[in-house]
Amino acid sequence: MEAKPSYDKLIFELSAPGRFAHSLPDLDVPSADPATLVPAQFVRATPPALPEVSEVDVVRHYSRLSLMNYGVDTHFYPLGSCTMKYNPKINEDMARLPGFARLHPLAPAAASQGALQLMWELARDLAEISGMDHVSLQPAAGAQGEFAGVLMIRAWHLSRGERRHKVLIPDSAHGTNPATTAQAGYQVVQLKSDEAGEVDLADLERHLDEDVAAFMITQPNTLGLFESRIHQITEMCHAKGVQVYMDGANFNAILGITRPGDLGFDVCHFNLHKTFTTPHGGGGPGSGPVGIKAHLAPFLPTPVVVKDGDTGYSLDWNRAQSIGKLQAFWGNFGMLVRAYTYIRTMGPDGLRSVSENAVLNANYILKRLEGDYDRATAGPCMHECVVSARRQKKLGVSATDIAKRLLDLGFYAPTTYFPLIVEEALMIEPTETESKETLDQFCDAMIQIAREAETNPHLLHEAPVTTSVRRLDQTLAARQPVLRWNAGA
Amino acid sequence: MRYISNTPAQQKEMLGRIGAASIEALLANVPAKARLSRPLGLPAAMAEADLVRHLRALAAKDASADDYSCFLGAGSYDHLVPSPINHLISRGEFFTAYTPYQPEASQGTLRTIFEYQTMMAELTGMDVANASIYDGASSLAEAVLMAHAVTGRNETAFSRGINPLYGQVVETYCEGPDLRLKRVALADGVTDLDALRRAVTDRTAAVVVQYPNFFGCLEDLREAGEIAHAKGALLVVAADPVNLGFLTPPGALGADIVVGEGQGLGVPMSYGGPNLGVFACRAELVRRMPGRLVGATVDRDGHRGFVLTLQTREQHIRREKATSNICTNVALCALMATIYVSIMGKQGLRRVGELATAKAHYAAARLAEVPGVQLRHRAPFFKEFALELPKAPERVVKRLLRDRILAGVPLKAFDRGAKNALLVAVTERRTKDEIDAYAAALAAAVA
Repeated sequence: MEAKPSYDKLIFELSAPGRFAHSLPDLDVPSADPATLVPAQFVRATPPALPEVSEVDVVRHYSRLSLMNYGVDTHFYPLGSCTMKYNPKINEDMARLPGFARLHPLAPAAASQGALQLMWELARDLAEISGMDHVSLQPAAGAQGEFAGVLMIRAWHLSRGERRHKVLIPDSAHGTNPATTAQAGYQVVQLKSDEAGEVDLADLERHLDEDVAAFMITQPNTLGLFESRIHQITEMCHAKGVQVYMDGANFNAILGITRPGDLGFDVCHFNLHKTFTTPHGGGGPGSGPVGIKAHLAPFLPTPVVVKDGDTGYSLDWNRAQSIGKLQAFWGNFGMLVRAYTYIRTMGPDGLRSVSENAVLNANYILKRLEGDYDRATAGPCMHECVVSARRQKKLGVSATDIAKRLLDLGFYAPTTYFPLIVEEALMIEPTETESKETLDQFCDAMIQIAREAETNPHLLHEAPVTTSVRRLDQTLAARQPVLRWNAGA
Repeated sequence: MRYISNTPAQQKEMLGRIGAASIEALLANVPAKARLSRPLGLPAAMAEADLVRHLRALAAKDASADDYSCFLGAGSYDHLVPSPINHLISRGEFFTAYTPYQPEASQGTLRTIFEYQTMMAELTGMDVANASIYDGASSLAEAVLMAHAVTGRNETAFSRGINPLYGQVVETYCEGPDLRLKRVALADGVTDLDALRRAVTDRTAAVVVQYPNFFGCLEDLREAGEIAHAKGALLVVAADPVNLGFLTPPGALGADIVVGEGQGLGVPMSYGGPNLGVFACRAELVRRMPGRLVGATVDRDGHRGFVLTLQTREQHIRREKATSNICTNVALCALMATIYVSIMGKQGLRRVGELATAKAHYAAARLAEVPGVQLRHRAPFFKEFALELPKAPERVVKRLLRDRILAGVPLKAFDRGAKNALLVAVTERRTKDEIDAYAAALAAAVA
């Protein structure tokens, strides 16, 4: 058992008037009082209530706070659908090279050829990995990649004089899919999954009509299953003029094995923070490039990085049918450098090996747990597996209880209660970077918990007890929101 | 294979346990027709030393602000990034964690976001700030959508003083719900308040202005707010929080929603991303807010703790009825900003503003002394200003690159009428020597 950290400060609570950590130069230009350079009404009358602390206060405070977190560097993090693989350190060194980290986005093209070349090559590599014709690196995260993809589909239909209103989404989908679709102005129609957990073809057939703009699916799906009838699905859709969108959240299962473009998908996005080892950072920044087939190219977000034999690389803004921009500049470039570094490190064989080992690890966990937990689906899984705690639920132990107990046993928890179609779901994604030893330790812990559910459920209801805080009152937080620190509160 | 931990012997052992003959057998659900029958057409794997050499060579082609005097702004700024930031964010416990779905094992991240929300609320002068959004432009787009949702109205009065790159993003987001942006003209560098008054009607969801605006000029927020509120519209202000230790906060001037690009708060420019989208609003509007929010609560033993809260606004619960499709925030950039603001503190952030505005005014005066060069606007400015040059700025920019000066952003790309205009930004990092060298080089270039 780990010692309970005994630290409960916020940076504001370390403040002492007159203390400071900054190092700023003296004013070196001849000037009047800076407060007189702009009219008085624009000069802040009262200073913001910000902390006054020393540099050692800052370093010690944030170091201590970091110890209250589990991360991939410290713990196995089997969070399903999030691909919490190891984030290589060399990526970080490369992203911090001054020519990348200290480059202004509006530096002239002639003064940013290295960055532009990196983006051009990365887009080309992602197109090859996905079998798509073009890739835009601009979307800031997966949800924005979805948004860009759906808007391109919308623009394509409109360019053909068709105004369609619906998008079909399976009931196993991530919440971003329906939210994105609604944000793009579409009505969402939810499709059932069949008993095996795949798309129900009959239900799809029933819903496909001339008012459907797109079918949006995750491949492999959120149950960890490869949609085996994918060619049939994409053909059925295309026959009705419906575009097929692949949510690429689970790309880690298929690198070098199969390609969305070859399966008939018109659009897919990537999550560089999942598949391509850019750090999750406690919840972003992500990076969500979007790949498309050639017929959607006129609608790509502006600007597009282009290569010209004579002048090198540049940004092409002259695209009349573009859906426009998604963020102010060109994409989360710092993440692009990391993903590029990773792809160059691995090479084609390495990337295929990534997916093979991700699939092996997930199946190994599934095998080891199937005696103690109910499988959500039959047969082998891809890169993640879903089990149900419905057996434990009958003993009064929920998926949440299991998750919390895992924290005490030294593991982060799987994703719980997702996909929504599985009762008491535990979605486990080990990734390829974990060893058999780690997987065994995790499975031993899961099996121990299954025993504890039978013999000592109280232990599970009380968990966690080793973390910096115990179970938190979510209801209180929502009923009486306290969303900022206040002096004396 | 690098980053893969299982040995061939272990793989074999694991397959044995699974009862599969090979990894291929596990892929049975992927039909033969779907299989890629060749290796991916990618460059071969590179060893670390070769890879570093390759990336260094690429990076060396770029004009880093370490090697060039950077007077570029327009939404990304070369402010100081104090050393502790990189050391602290690199701690794996922060860096390699994800969204705090298990709050008991994520108190570090949750506490820093709570601190961040407090700091952004203080700087913007608003009641509440969220855990962050992708960047300033997408924050502004979300604010326009939110104003539409709050008021039920479909038009937005959108100042031409807003960064045109932001305007393009807002247009993209307005496409789906079919919202209309009415552009409001400028008069001498700031929003023409008479034109604004004419543009705002009882169909207007929000008046949107930037402060200081794209041209560096200071907008009269109080008047803009009165015009908006008189018709029941919201005032949405885009503001860079690094300026708000010095400038009067928009919250004190009538803003209902304040968004902005927080990159200046300790986040590297990194060729434009990742950035930090700040989003703050009045307390009454919080349940319509997009993005994650962290709140304080107590644990079972009564100890203080922090959780993601008011999640019924969000996509993973509400799906197509969510306030936004956003899932991640930019927690790591928010952490950089939190550490930055802690280091700068109450006094330092004001000092950053004082230095920037004093140096910007000095630079404006020096550059405008160059024969043929003029300041484009007379309105009061803060740390950024537009120059009118006697010749095409692209040529001047190219010429000054030779002197290792990034002279500014030519405005022609954004406004065809501004064919000789150059936008110049001056942060606290620029020195008198750099400014003087710029003035001398500009004089030579336009002579």
